[in-house]
Amino acid sequence: MTNSIAELEDSDCILVTGSNTTETHPVISTFIKRAVKFRNKALIVIEPRRIDLVSHATLWLRQLPGTDIAVINGLMNLIIQENLHDQAYIAERTENFEALRETVAKYTPEYVEQISGVPAADLRRAARLYAQAKAASIVYAMGVTQHTSGTDNVKTLANLAMLCGNVGIESGGVNPLRGQNNVQGACDMGGLPNVFSGYQPVTDAAARAKMEAAWGVEKLPDWVGLTMTGMVPAIPEGKIKALYIVGENPVISEADADHVVKALNKLDFLVVQDIFLTETAQLADVVLPAATFAEKSGTFSNTERRVAPVRQVIAPLGDSRPDWQIIAELARRLGYPMNYAGPEAIFEEIRQVTPSYAGITYARLEAEGGLQWPCPTTEHPGTVYLHRGQFSRGKGAFFAIDHRDPAEMPDADYPLVMTTGRVLYQYHTGSMSRRAPGLEGKAPECRVEITAGDAARYGIADGEPVRVKSRRGELVARALVSPKAVAGTIFIPFHYHEAPVNKLTIAALDPVAKIPEFKVCAVNIEKA
Amino acid sequence: MPPSILTINGATHSFEAGQTILDVALGSGITVPTLCNYKDTTPTGACRVCVVEVEGARTLLPACATQAAPGMVVQTESPRVVEARKMVIELLLASGNHNCLVCEANGECELQSLAYRYQVTTPDFANPPDTPYYYEDDNHMLVRDFSKCVMCGRCVRACNEWQVNQAIAIGYRGAHNKIVARGDFPYVNSDCVFCGECLQACPVGAILDKHAIGQGRPWERRLVRTTCPYCGVGCQVDVHVKDGRMVKVTGADAIPNLGKLCAKGRFGWHFVDHPDRLKTPLIKENGAFREAGWDEALDLVASRLKDIRDKEGPEKIGGWCSARVTNEENYLMQKLMRAVIGTNHVDHCARL
Ligand code: SF4
Ligand code: SF4
Ligand code: SF4
Repeated sequence: MTNSIAELEDSDCILVTGSNTTETHPVISTFIKRAVKFRNKALIVIEPRRIDLVSHATLWLRQLPGTDIAVINGLMNLIIQENLHDQAYIAERTENFEALRETVAKYTPEYVEQISGVPAADLRRAARLYAQAKAASIVYAMGVTQHTSGTDNVKTLANLAMLCGNVGIESGGVNPLRGQNNVQGACDMGGLPNVFSGYQPVTDAAARAKMEAAWGVEKLPDWVGLTMTGMVPAIPEGKIKALYIVGENPVISEADADHVVKALNKLDFLVVQDIFLTETAQLADVVLPAATFAEKSGTFSNTERRVAPVRQVIAPLGDSRPDWQIIAELARRLGYPMNYAGPEAIFEEIRQVTPSYAGITYARLEAEGGLQWPCPTTEHPGTVYLHRGQFSRGKGAFFAIDHRDPAEMPDADYPLVMTTGRVLYQYHTGSMSRRAPGLEGKAPECRVEITAGDAARYGIADGEPVRVKSRRGELVARALVSPKAVAGTIFIPFHYHEAPVNKLTIAALDPVAKIPEFKVCAVNIEKA
Repeated sequence: MPPSILTINGATHSFEAGQTILDVALGSGITVPTLCNYKDTTPTGACRVCVVEVEGARTLLPACATQAAPGMVVQTESPRVVEARKMVIELLLASGNHNCLVCEANGECELQSLAYRYQVTTPDFANPPDTPYYYEDDNHMLVRDFSKCVMCGRCVRACNEWQVNQAIAIGYRGAHNKIVARGDFPYVNSDCVFCGECLQACPVGAILDKHAIGQGRPWERRLVRTTCPYCGVGCQVDVHVKDGRMVKVTGADAIPNLGKLCAKGRFGWHFVDHPDRLKTPLIKENGAFREAGWDEALDLVASRLKDIRDKEGPEKIGGWCSARVTNEENYLMQKLMRAVIGTNHVDHCARL
């Protein structure tokens, strides 16, 4: 997030899109709901499904799945037409505005309505609500990024925020809600193919030289590695022979799951380190038992860049060990001693080589509870919101982007759109939440969410089993006739191995971020 | 305009417009007990425990619902106040089944502390012991025991104003009133989303964490502040531990969650000591796993990785970090892959 969670309550207009916030980030949703209910702030929800936030919204734009860019371009066009954009801000802090203006000009309310189904009048109201707010905040999540156009979707939202001078101010910003507890930290720490910790490029000779010195090695690889979604298809091509997977379950979480299993089976060697024998671990040659969050210490970085302590609560179960100990032990056996006394010693090294974390220490975390990066020095209070006064790269660039259709559109054989996501009581592949009796009790099985109209059309009653098929696979689960659903679209959560929805999803990737198009694929359904 | 001044227990205090007597008192370190006040939700004056004596007022006034006014002279523990409080506490104790012996809230119960502080003994007008109270125990998260409810309304405001889940309200009128989820259904069949804010707000033992029942008294438990293992909000939690076992999780009053949690953070921790946990390394032989010691497993991993690196090249090896492990661990993992193996095929599940 460019801004912080607490600032949401003071935002004059909150625009939520592609985030079913009350279910996926429940505590953040409380700040949004409080803003609306007790501070009279405006809430615009742009979302195909009638999610719970809709009942709190000032305005709900129900676009067809995969048409987000058209809607946002339409908003920008209206804002420019009505002269509601922040001209001083644009002149001073941004570049490439003319190109944006030209591109969005054709997104008239009528054209946008044609593409997205959003009524022109609603689009107008939304444009004014957003543009006339003193500080307006955009909140989004995987519903925006899990498209082949995901990167463009995000840039479009950034365009909108900059157009109205909402980046670099309190209670404004562009705020992605990160799904898993330490996704932010995994990125910050260099768990990416192209950067070391702190987003220092592996292709930058100076960055490499610095890390070589810090790590005491001769020559670090200077090429950009493959992403997860790139490594999988590289296996059958013989380009990847061994994988060491820590705490991930791609057999359930990756798109087109069957091809993931086939690929992993082709590896010469697979090591999986996890807390359970997950579907992926079952394919491994060696499984290493890791400790859970409660059995070790360290830090997590949350979605607002806040580094917070993880403290050991109980001793590791059985022979399981904290991941850091396993990794260090393995390094030693590979001829590279890693002699850390504990997580704090590792963190001290992180600080030395990662400028944005340099000012954060365990002692400070103990005293202050949590610190938001960038935090360059031990005197620095941490950064509540980014881009104050200036963007990190000088001027903020507008990107002129056009709407594109999703990779797979419904047709005669596969007439329905399928989207995937989460439900409140489950989490990711379910390996944790499904083992909590309370959560499992509330959401014990996969349900296929469908409108009453579509259900009637296919002769399906609420609770009846249905077979859902895509070009890649099929599953059977009970129908859930729901007012949340969108006509012509079914929604299926991805937590359940009994109904692995990612057998159906499409592995078409966003060309830049390499995120699969989980949100849209074409399917048909029938009574099972 | 000079700052407004009032007098509490003989000392003067300044205050700002809009502050209640309770705000001023608490801000000055004067304890005024209350059972119904909750965070910054609307004061209701429902419990009458916070009554104070204000010079010139005919009756005692609830400190939480009375605006401070210039020149006000307030007594928070005068004999009249104490007498009234005792009466209120006695009535509350009498309204239900307040047997502290087996109550989960014993030691944390605010009504119990008040009874102790004002030395209120057995109530004179207790309900007959066979009064039927509703007891809801049909899910794995929350138990509701209406025999303990003092109708303070905290849960309702916690739910509606703090979490804004709008799942419960005060239902029925007069003597029959009780807390109801919509349609007076059990929580499981209502709009309740099991955030457990009501549980955290309840001053007595009327809402309970099911799995903590009988698992230890507050003074036997150790509290460890840590970060929720589920979503990216990073809520701060207090884990309650007894004899090396987790008993329950409560929301820590800290940034970013300010005490709030969702069902996952509060009730989702049972995976930690689940029997399915992997407890020893496994090595696959002829298609089946067998248990192995750490030395054997790590030696095998090291030799296979070394082998593939030396024969096929480091670029044939990939490593996946995890959005579920700590920063320190992710850092080490990418260091291992880059510095020790020599590959940049490093990624994690950010995209998924
Ligand atoms: S658990 Fe949460 S949603 Fe349910 S009644 Fe309590 S406060 Fe409301
Ligand atoms: S359940 Fe607890 S919080 Fe709710 S009214 Fe009763 S005593 Fe108060
Ligand atoms: S308690 Fe809920 S909202 Fe908070 S971090 Fe955990 S999963 Fe996320």
